[in-house]
Amino acid sequence: MSRLAAPTTPPPADLLARLAARAAEEGLLDVAYARVDSPLGPLVAAVTPAGLVRLAYEDFNGGLDVVVEDLAARISPRVLEAPARLDDIRRQLDEYFERRRDRFDVPVDLTLARGFGRRILEATAAIPFGETRSYREVAEAAGNGKATRAAGNALGANPIPIVVPCHRVLRTGGGLGGYTGGVEKKETLLRIEGVLL
Amino acid sequence: MIPFQQVLDAHRDAVWRVCVAVAGRDEAEDAFQETWLSALRAYPRLGEGANVRAWLLTIAHRKAIDVHRGRARRPIVTDRLPEAAAPPEPERDDGLWDAVRELPPGQRAAITLRYAGDLRPVEVAEVLGISDDAVRRRIADGLKNLRLEVQPA
Repeated sequence: MSRLAAPTTPPPADLLARLAARAAEEGLLDVAYARVDSPLGPLVAAVTPAGLVRLAYEDFNGGLDVVVEDLAARISPRVLEAPARLDDIRRQLDEYFERRRDRFDVPVDLTLARGFGRRILEATAAIPFGETRSYREVAEAAGNGKATRAAGNALGANPIPIVVPCHRVLRTGGGLGGYTGGVEKKETLLRIEGVLL
Repeated sequence: MIPFQQVLDAHRDAVWRVCVAVAGRDEAEDAFQETWLSALRAYPRLGEGANVRAWLLTIAHRKAIDVHRGRARRPIVTDRLPEAAAPPEPERDDGLWDAVRELPPGQRAAITLRYAGDLRPVEVAEVLGISDDAVRRRIADGLKNLRLEVQPA
């Protein structure tokens, strides 16, 4: 039986970008993501219609595919790569790393955290640029000053590092404490903010 | 469920080829967008173990027919000047797929899904809701008709 050659014209280059835009217009784009470069290595940023929902250190999390699969499992399988929708957060991150911005003006979607963990992240989000708090102070602000270990765990699981500034939370004694993604990143961020020299 | 972006990556080209084959190059973009939006809408309800490519090409085939028929019925709109668009890539096989579009619907569908969509005959049967034998017959008859047109005696 003979074979027909399939049509060979490729799709236009911007067709997929226009598809993502149409999907968003129709309310079908539950999660939009893109890779974002940074001085701390490549990040994967993701937004829902409610705001920034994930900012992952790509290498630490096992690669782009793993991050995206995790979003599909935890939020919705309607996930598309849509760099245009991440342009604003990309620009703000660039400005922050260039020391031209000390406050992120993006809505944040904390849907990946629940209960006490979410309150910890909300308390953390209130820590101003260039300042620090202890794990205990953050636990107190979240309603349970004794739960410092739970606070540490919640911060370690922060789905939106840098923007939700878990790097501003230190040990009561003054030690740096941990940082998911490697403590060098925490040092770099604190240096950018003038906390460390 | 796997992220929809991965479904898009895996089947984008096959969907595009079916849209081009059924609706022609000019209307393929509309058919492509409508197909993927429809799939995205329905995706969370797709069952485990579904044949994703067959599912997508079922949608693509239907959307491409709709787009193609719709355009054929509507008058040419004067604000869509062909000169305003970038010239399309020259397509070596335009004539052949034009001829496929002229086939009776059953043969056209079977041939398009098999050769533009890259589905196996048993998958074409699933998409069209007919038997494997019927698929092979339609493909054989369609190819016979095409040879008559493409290589006149």
